[in-house]
Amino acid sequence: MDMTQYIPVLLTKYNYWVYITLMMIGLWAMIAKNNLIKKIIGMSIFQTAIILFYVSIGAKYGATIPILSHGHGGAHEAAVRAVDYINPLPHVLMLTAIVVSVATLGVALALSIRIHRRYRTLEEDEILSQLREQ
Amino acid sequence: MKLLSLALVILVGGLFIAATADFPHWGDPASPASRHVSPRYIEKTMEETSVPNIVTAVLADYRGYDTMFETAVVFTAGVACFLLLRRRDPRPEPKRVYRHVATGVIVEMKQEPAKEPSPSVFARIDDDWVPHDLIIMNVCRLLIPFIQLFGLYVIAHGHHSPGGGFQGGVILGASIILLALSWDLRTAMNRMAETATGLMSAVGVFIYAGVGALCLAMGANFLDYSSLGPLMFVDPIHARSLGIFFVELGVGLAVMATMVLIYKNLASEGHLDQGL
Repeated sequence: MDMTQYIPVLLTKYNYWVYITLMMIGLWAMIAKNNLIKKIIGMSIFQTAIILFYVSIGAKYGATIPILSHGHGGAHEAAVRAVDYINPLPHVLMLTAIVVSVATLGVALALSIRIHRRYRTLEEDEILSQLREQ
Repeated sequence: MKLLSLALVILVGGLFIAATADFPHWGDPASPASRHVSPRYIEKTMEETSVPNIVTAVLADYRGYDTMFETAVVFTAGVACFLLLRRRDPRPEPKRVYRHVATGVIVEMKQEPAKEPSPSVFARIDDDWVPHDLIIMNVCRLLIPFIQLFGLYVIAHGHHSPGGGFQGGVILGASIILLALSWDLRTAMNRMAETATGLMSAVGVFIYAGVGALCLAMGANFLDYSSLGPLMFVDPIHARSLGIFFVELGVGLAVMATMVLIYKNLASEGHLDQGL
Protein backbone atom coordinates (compact mmCIF):
# COMPACT_ATOMS: atom_id res chain seq x y z
CA MET A 1 0.00 0.00 0.00
CA ASP A 2 1.43 3.35 -1.04
CA MET A 3 1.44 5.77 1.87
CA THR A 4 2.63 8.78 -0.13
CA GLN A 5 -0.84 9.37 -1.50
CA TYR A 6 -1.93 10.49 1.99
CA ILE A 7 0.70 13.20 2.32
CA PRO A 8 -1.16 15.82 0.21
CA VAL A 9 -4.32 15.06 2.18
CA LEU A 10 -2.47 15.67 5.45
CA LEU A 11 -0.88 18.87 4.18
CA THR A 12 -3.95 20.45 2.62
CA LYS A 13 -6.45 19.52 5.30
CA TYR A 14 -4.55 19.85 8.56
CA ASN A 15 -6.92 22.60 9.75
CA TYR A 16 -9.67 19.99 9.96
CA TRP A 17 -7.40 17.61 11.87
CA VAL A 18 -6.65 20.30 14.44
CA TYR A 19 -10.30 21.20 14.88
CA ILE A 20 -11.39 17.56 15.15
CA THR A 21 -8.70 16.87 17.76
CA LEU A 22 -9.73 19.89 19.83
CA MET A 23 -13.40 19.05 19.49
CA MET A 24 -12.85 15.47 20.61
CA ILE A 25 -10.83 16.65 23.63
CA GLY A 26 -13.79 18.85 24.56
CA LEU A 27 -16.30 16.07 23.95
CA TRP A 28 -14.23 13.65 26.04
CA ALA A 29 -14.13 16.14 28.91
CA MET A 30 -17.88 16.70 28.73
CA ILE A 31 -18.71 12.98 28.70
CA ALA A 32 -16.08 11.36 30.87
CA LYS A 33 -15.06 13.90 33.50
CA ASN A 34 -16.69 13.71 36.89
CA ASN A 35 -16.17 17.30 38.01
CA LEU A 36 -18.68 19.86 36.74
CA ILE A 37 -16.05 22.59 36.29
CA LYS A 38 -14.00 20.22 34.12
CA LYS A 39 -17.12 19.57 32.06
CA ILE A 40 -17.55 23.32 31.59
CA ILE A 41 -13.90 23.60 30.52
CA GLY A 42 -14.60 20.82 28.02
CA MET A 43 -17.58 22.78 26.69
CA SER A 44 -15.33 25.82 26.22
CA ILE A 45 -12.73 23.77 24.32
CA PHE A 46 -15.53 22.36 22.14
CA GLN A 47 -16.76 25.87 21.32
CA THR A 48 -13.22 27.00 20.53
CA ALA A 49 -12.85 24.08 18.11
CA ILE A 50 -15.99 25.16 16.25
CA ILE A 51 -14.66 28.74 16.07
CA LEU A 52 -11.36 27.45 14.63
CA PHE A 53 -13.27 25.38 12.06
CA TYR A 54 -15.37 28.31 10.89
CA VAL A 55 -12.48 30.77 10.70
CA SER A 56 -10.33 28.27 8.80
CA ILE A 57 -12.95 27.62 6.10
CA GLY A 58 -13.05 31.39 5.51
CA ALA A 59 -9.39 31.45 4.49
CA LYS A 60 -8.29 31.93 0.86
CA TYR A 61 -4.77 31.71 -0.54
CA GLY A 62 -3.37 35.10 -1.50
CA ALA A 63 -6.27 37.04 0.01
CA THR A 64 -6.22 39.66 2.75
CA ILE A 65 -8.48 40.56 5.67
CA PRO A 66 -12.07 41.50 4.73
CA ILE A 67 -11.57 45.25 5.10
CA LEU A 68 -11.59 47.04 1.76
CA SER A 69 -8.37 48.94 1.18
CA HIS A 70 -8.73 52.52 -0.05
CA GLY A 71 -12.38 52.29 0.94
CA HIS A 72 -13.03 56.00 0.63
CA GLY A 73 -11.55 57.50 -2.53
CA GLY A 74 -8.30 55.59 -2.89
CA ALA A 75 -6.17 54.71 -5.88
CA HIS A 76 -8.20 51.75 -7.12
CA GLU A 77 -11.68 52.25 -5.79
CA ALA A 78 -13.53 50.79 -8.75
CA ALA A 79 -12.63 47.13 -8.86
CA VAL A 80 -13.29 45.05 -5.75
CA ARG A 81 -12.67 41.41 -6.56
CA ALA A 82 -13.94 38.69 -4.25
CA VAL A 83 -10.75 36.61 -4.61
CA ASP A 84 -8.69 39.40 -3.02
CA TYR A 85 -10.51 39.28 0.32
CA ILE A 86 -11.14 36.31 2.59
CA ASN A 87 -14.69 35.20 3.25
CA PRO A 88 -16.19 37.62 5.84
CA LEU A 89 -19.19 35.46 6.70
CA PRO A 90 -17.51 32.92 9.04
CA HIS A 91 -15.88 35.84 10.86
CA VAL A 92 -19.27 37.49 11.42
CA LEU A 93 -20.79 34.28 12.71
CA MET A 94 -17.88 33.55 15.05
CA LEU A 95 -17.69 37.11 16.34
CA THR A 96 -21.11 36.76 17.88
CA ALA A 97 -20.43 33.13 18.84
CA ILE A 98 -17.44 34.16 20.97
CA VAL A 99 -19.49 36.62 23.02
CA VAL A 100 -22.39 34.20 23.31
CA SER A 101 -19.99 31.46 24.46
CA VAL A 102 -18.70 33.81 27.19
CA ALA A 103 -22.31 34.44 28.22
CA THR A 104 -23.17 30.73 28.31
CA LEU A 105 -19.97 30.13 30.29
CA GLY A 106 -21.17 32.69 32.82
CA VAL A 107 -24.55 30.98 33.16
CA ALA A 108 -22.86 27.58 33.49
CA LEU A 109 -20.61 28.87 36.27
CA ALA A 110 -23.59 30.48 38.01
CA LEU A 111 -25.43 27.17 37.90
CA SER A 112 -22.42 25.33 39.32
CA ILE A 113 -22.22 27.88 42.16
CA ARG A 114 -25.88 27.18 42.94
CA ILE A 115 -25.22 23.41 42.83
CA HIS A 116 -22.24 23.82 45.15
CA ARG A 117 -24.31 25.94 47.52
CA ARG A 118 -26.87 23.16 47.84
CA TYR A 119 -24.79 19.95 47.69
CA ARG A 120 -21.41 21.31 48.93
CA THR A 121 -19.65 19.45 46.10
CA LEU A 122 -19.13 19.65 42.34
CA GLU A 123 -18.37 15.95 41.79
CA GLU A 124 -21.12 14.41 39.71
CA ASP A 125 -21.20 11.00 41.44
CA GLU A 126 -21.44 12.59 44.91
CA ILE A 127 -24.31 14.81 43.75
CA LEU A 128 -26.09 11.79 42.25
CA SER A 129 -25.70 9.74 45.43
CA GLN A 130 -27.08 12.66 47.47
CA LEU A 131 -30.01 12.87 45.07
CA ARG A 132 -30.73 9.13 45.46
CA GLU A 133 -30.71 9.42 49.26
CA GLN A 134 -33.44 12.05 49.23
CA MET B 1 -17.75 4.12 31.81
CA LYS B 2 -14.52 5.89 30.88
CA LEU B 3 -13.73 3.18 28.33
CA LEU B 4 -17.19 3.54 26.80
CA SER B 5 -16.76 7.31 26.52
CA LEU B 6 -13.31 6.88 25.00
CA ALA B 7 -14.69 4.45 22.42
CA LEU B 8 -17.50 6.87 21.61
CA VAL B 9 -15.12 9.82 21.26
CA ILE B 10 -12.76 7.85 19.01
CA LEU B 11 -15.68 6.65 16.90
CA VAL B 12 -17.09 10.16 16.45
CA GLY B 13 -13.62 11.57 15.77
CA GLY B 14 -12.98 8.85 13.20
CA LEU B 15 -16.25 9.66 11.44
CA PHE B 16 -15.34 13.35 11.36
CA ILE B 17 -11.88 12.57 9.96
CA ALA B 18 -13.41 10.30 7.32
CA ALA B 19 -15.74 13.16 6.39
CA THR B 20 -12.83 15.55 5.78
CA ALA B 21 -12.09 13.61 2.58
CA ASP B 22 -15.00 15.50 0.99
CA PHE B 23 -14.06 18.87 2.51
CA PRO B 24 -12.37 21.57 0.41
CA HIS B 25 -8.63 22.12 0.76
CA TRP B 26 -7.38 24.71 3.22
CA GLY B 27 -7.32 28.18 1.65
CA ASP B 28 -9.10 27.06 -1.52
CA PRO B 29 -10.66 30.20 -3.09
CA ALA B 30 -13.23 28.03 -4.89
CA SER B 31 -14.51 26.31 -1.74
CA PRO B 32 -18.33 26.16 -1.51
CA ALA B 33 -18.40 28.53 1.47
CA SER B 34 -16.66 31.25 -0.56
CA ARG B 35 -18.65 30.88 -3.77
CA HIS B 36 -22.25 31.76 -3.08
CA VAL B 37 -23.19 34.63 -0.81
CA SER B 38 -19.81 35.98 0.31
CA PRO B 39 -18.65 37.37 -3.11
CA ARG B 40 -21.76 39.49 -3.18
CA TYR B 41 -20.98 40.90 0.27
CA ILE B 42 -17.37 41.63 -0.70
CA GLU B 43 -18.23 43.32 -3.98
CA LYS B 44 -21.37 45.26 -2.99
CA THR B 45 -20.70 46.33 0.63
CA MET B 46 -18.91 49.53 -0.31
CA GLU B 47 -21.54 50.83 -2.72
CA GLU B 48 -24.48 49.73 -0.58
CA THR B 49 -23.35 50.77 2.91
CA SER B 50 -20.11 52.80 2.45
CA VAL B 51 -18.49 50.74 5.22
CA PRO B 52 -15.02 49.39 4.31
CA ASN B 53 -15.04 46.73 7.05
CA ILE B 54 -17.18 44.01 5.45
CA VAL B 55 -17.48 42.10 8.72
CA THR B 56 -19.10 45.09 10.43
CA ALA B 57 -21.46 45.70 7.51
CA VAL B 58 -22.57 42.07 7.34
CA LEU B 59 -22.89 41.85 11.12
CA ALA B 60 -24.99 44.95 11.72
CA ASP B 61 -26.74 45.48 8.39
CA TYR B 62 -27.13 42.40 6.16
CA ARG B 63 -27.51 40.09 9.15
CA GLY B 64 -28.76 42.74 11.56
CA TYR B 65 -31.78 40.74 12.67
CA ASP B 66 -29.52 37.85 13.71
CA THR B 67 -27.20 40.17 15.63
CA MET B 68 -30.13 41.79 17.45
CA PHE B 69 -31.06 38.45 18.92
CA GLU B 70 -27.42 37.63 19.69
CA THR B 71 -27.45 40.79 21.80
CA ALA B 72 -30.69 39.61 23.36
CA VAL B 73 -29.00 36.27 24.17
CA VAL B 74 -26.18 38.11 25.95
CA PHE B 75 -28.72 40.17 27.88
CA THR B 76 -30.67 37.02 28.79
CA ALA B 77 -27.48 35.37 30.06
CA GLY B 78 -26.86 38.37 32.31
CA VAL B 79 -30.41 38.21 33.65
CA ALA B 80 -30.05 34.45 34.19
CA CYS B 81 -26.86 34.94 36.21
CA PHE B 82 -28.60 37.62 38.27
CA LEU B 83 -31.66 35.47 38.96
CA LEU B 84 -29.58 32.38 39.79
CA LEU B 85 -27.11 34.00 42.13
CA ARG B 86 -28.33 37.32 43.54
CA ARG B 87 -29.09 37.14 47.25
CA ARG B 88 -30.75 39.86 49.24
CA ASP B 89 -29.90 38.45 52.67
CA PRO B 90 -26.53 39.62 54.01
CA ARG B 91 -23.62 37.26 54.57
CA PRO B 92 -23.72 35.46 57.93
CA GLU B 93 -21.65 37.49 60.41
CA PRO B 94 -19.79 39.79 58.03
CA LYS B 95 -16.58 41.00 59.65
CA ARG B 96 -16.06 44.74 59.51
CA VAL B 97 -12.41 45.17 58.60
CA TYR B 98 -11.01 48.61 57.86
CA ARG B 99 -7.62 49.91 56.76
CA HIS B 100 -6.40 53.20 58.14
CA VAL B 101 -5.42 54.94 54.88
CA ALA B 102 -2.62 57.13 56.31
CA THR B 103 -0.76 54.41 58.23
CA GLY B 104 -1.95 51.14 56.63
CA VAL B 105 -2.98 49.70 60.00
CA ILE B 106 -5.78 47.08 59.76
CA VAL B 107 -8.54 47.30 62.38
CA GLU B 108 -11.56 45.10 62.93
CA MET B 109 -14.72 46.48 64.49
CA LYS B 110 -16.44 44.02 66.78
CA GLN B 111 -19.80 45.75 66.63
CA GLU B 112 -21.49 47.84 64.02
CA PRO B 113 -20.42 51.49 64.28
CA ALA B 114 -23.08 54.13 64.80
CA LYS B 115 -21.74 56.02 61.82
CA GLU B 116 -19.81 54.54 58.87
CA PRO B 117 -16.30 56.07 58.97
CA SER B 118 -15.21 58.25 56.08
CA PRO B 119 -13.60 56.12 53.32
CA SER B 120 -10.74 58.58 52.96
CA VAL B 121 -9.72 57.92 56.59
CA PHE B 122 -10.83 54.33 57.18
CA ALA B 123 -11.34 52.31 54.00
CA ARG B 124 -13.53 49.21 54.32
CA ILE B 125 -11.71 46.10 53.03
CA ASP B 126 -12.69 42.45 52.51
CA ASP B 127 -12.65 40.25 55.60
CA ASP B 128 -10.43 37.68 53.84
CA TRP B 129 -8.30 40.66 52.96
CA VAL B 130 -5.41 40.48 50.54
CA PRO B 131 -2.36 42.63 51.29
CA HIS B 132 -2.58 46.20 50.08
CA ASP B 133 -0.39 46.40 46.95
CA LEU B 134 0.46 49.97 46.03
CA ILE B 135 2.11 49.14 42.68
CA ILE B 136 -0.69 46.97 41.28
CA MET B 137 -3.40 49.36 42.43
CA ASN B 138 -1.79 52.46 41.00
CA VAL B 139 -0.64 50.91 37.72
CA CYS B 140 -4.18 49.63 37.12
CA ARG B 141 -5.67 52.97 38.14
CA LEU B 142 -3.48 54.74 35.57
CA LEU B 143 -4.14 52.11 32.90
CA ILE B 144 -7.92 51.78 33.16
CA PRO B 145 -8.84 55.16 31.55
CA PHE B 146 -6.68 54.32 28.54
CA ILE B 147 -8.21 50.84 28.27
CA GLN B 148 -11.66 52.43 28.32
CA LEU B 149 -10.62 55.00 25.71
CA PHE B 150 -9.36 52.15 23.54
CA GLY B 151 -12.68 50.34 24.03
CA LEU B 152 -14.58 53.41 22.83
CA TYR B 153 -12.21 53.67 19.85
CA VAL B 154 -12.81 50.02 18.96
CA ILE B 155 -16.59 50.59 19.02
CA ALA B 156 -16.52 53.85 17.07
CA HIS B 157 -13.83 52.86 14.56
CA GLY B 158 -15.34 49.45 13.79
CA HIS B 159 -16.32 50.70 10.33
CA HIS B 160 -12.73 51.11 9.19
CA SER B 161 -10.64 48.71 11.28
CA PRO B 162 -11.19 45.44 13.12
CA GLY B 163 -13.66 46.22 15.85
CA GLY B 164 -17.28 46.89 16.65
CA GLY B 165 -19.76 46.70 19.46
CA PHE B 166 -19.00 43.20 20.71
CA GLN B 167 -15.22 43.67 20.87
CA GLY B 168 -15.34 47.19 22.30
CA GLY B 169 -18.00 46.19 24.82
CA VAL B 170 -15.85 43.34 26.07
CA ILE B 171 -12.84 45.67 26.42
CA LEU B 172 -14.94 48.18 28.40
CA GLY B 173 -16.32 45.41 30.59
CA ALA B 174 -12.81 44.03 31.16
CA SER B 175 -11.64 47.46 32.36
CA ILE B 176 -14.27 47.44 35.11
CA ILE B 177 -13.37 43.84 35.99
CA LEU B 178 -9.70 44.89 36.17
CA LEU B 179 -10.69 47.57 38.65
CA ALA B 180 -12.51 44.97 40.74
CA LEU B 181 -9.49 42.64 40.63
CA SER B 182 -6.78 45.20 41.36
CA TRP B 183 -8.70 47.22 43.98
CA ASP B 184 -11.70 45.33 45.27
CA LEU B 185 -15.28 44.61 44.30
CA ARG B 186 -16.51 47.38 46.61
CA THR B 187 -14.60 50.04 44.64
CA ALA B 188 -15.89 48.69 41.34
CA MET B 189 -19.44 48.68 42.73
CA ASN B 190 -19.05 52.32 43.76
CA ARG B 191 -17.93 53.19 40.22
CA MET B 192 -20.63 51.15 38.50
CA ALA B 193 -23.60 50.31 40.68
CA GLU B 194 -25.80 47.28 40.25
CA THR B 195 -28.78 49.25 38.94
CA ALA B 196 -26.47 50.91 36.39
CA THR B 197 -25.28 47.57 35.01
CA GLY B 198 -28.81 46.18 34.82
CA LEU B 199 -30.18 49.30 33.18
CA MET B 200 -27.32 49.64 30.68
CA SER B 201 -27.67 46.01 29.68
CA ALA B 202 -31.37 46.50 28.93
CA VAL B 203 -30.88 49.92 27.32
CA GLY B 204 -28.31 48.45 24.93
CA VAL B 205 -30.80 45.92 23.57
CA PHE B 206 -33.46 48.63 23.55
CA ILE B 207 -31.26 50.93 21.41
CA TYR B 208 -30.76 48.14 18.90
CA ALA B 209 -34.43 47.25 18.67
CA GLY B 210 -35.35 50.95 18.83
CA VAL B 211 -33.25 51.77 15.75
CA GLY B 212 -35.05 48.94 13.97
CA ALA B 213 -38.43 50.22 15.09
CA LEU B 214 -37.50 53.74 13.97
CA CYS B 215 -36.91 52.33 10.48
CA LEU B 216 -40.41 50.82 10.64
CA ALA B 217 -41.79 54.22 11.66
CA MET B 218 -40.07 55.79 8.66
CA GLY B 219 -41.96 53.43 6.39
CA ALA B 220 -39.22 50.92 5.58
CA ASN B 221 -38.47 47.37 6.69
CA PHE B 222 -37.27 46.58 10.20
CA LEU B 223 -33.56 47.54 10.53
CA ASP B 224 -33.43 49.05 7.01
CA TYR B 225 -31.21 51.97 8.01
CA SER B 226 -31.38 53.69 4.62
CA SER B 227 -34.77 55.08 5.59
CA LEU B 228 -33.13 57.05 8.43
CA GLY B 229 -31.46 59.39 5.93
CA PRO B 230 -34.04 62.21 6.18
CA LEU B 231 -33.74 62.20 10.00
CA MET B 232 -29.96 62.66 9.90
CA PHE B 233 -29.83 64.82 6.74
CA VAL B 234 -27.62 62.38 4.81
CA ASP B 235 -28.12 60.26 1.71
CA PRO B 236 -29.49 56.70 2.15
CA ILE B 237 -26.09 55.02 1.64
CA HIS B 238 -24.44 57.10 4.36
CA ALA B 239 -27.49 56.58 6.57
CA ARG B 240 -26.75 52.84 6.52
CA SER B 241 -23.25 53.51 7.81
CA LEU B 242 -24.60 55.74 10.60
CA GLY B 243 -27.36 53.24 11.42
CA ILE B 244 -24.70 50.55 11.85
CA PHE B 245 -22.87 52.86 14.25
CA PHE B 246 -25.94 53.42 16.46
CA VAL B 247 -26.64 49.71 16.54
CA GLU B 248 -23.03 48.98 17.49
CA LEU B 249 -23.33 51.49 20.33
CA GLY B 250 -26.28 49.51 21.67
CA VAL B 251 -24.37 46.24 21.33
CA GLY B 252 -21.34 47.70 23.12
CA LEU B 253 -23.44 49.00 25.99
CA ALA B 254 -25.27 45.70 26.44
CA VAL B 255 -22.12 43.56 26.23
CA MET B 256 -20.14 45.77 28.64
CA ALA B 257 -22.89 45.84 31.26
CA THR B 258 -23.58 42.12 30.95
CA MET B 259 -19.91 41.18 31.38
CA VAL B 260 -19.71 43.30 34.54
CA LEU B 261 -23.03 41.94 35.81
CA ILE B 262 -21.95 38.32 35.32
CA TYR B 263 -18.56 38.95 36.93
CA LYS B 264 -19.98 40.73 39.98
CA ASN B 265 -22.50 37.99 40.69
CA LEU B 266 -20.00 35.17 40.15
CA ALA B 267 -17.20 36.76 42.17
CA SER B 268 -19.31 37.56 45.24
CA GLU B 269 -21.69 34.58 45.04
CA GLY B 270 -24.54 37.02 44.61
CA HIS B 271 -23.91 39.22 47.67
CA LEU B 272 -22.23 41.98 45.63
CA ASP B 273 -20.24 43.16 48.64
CA GLN B 274 -16.84 41.49 48.40
CA GLY B 275 -15.14 38.66 46.60
CA LEU B 276 -12.11 37.43 44.67
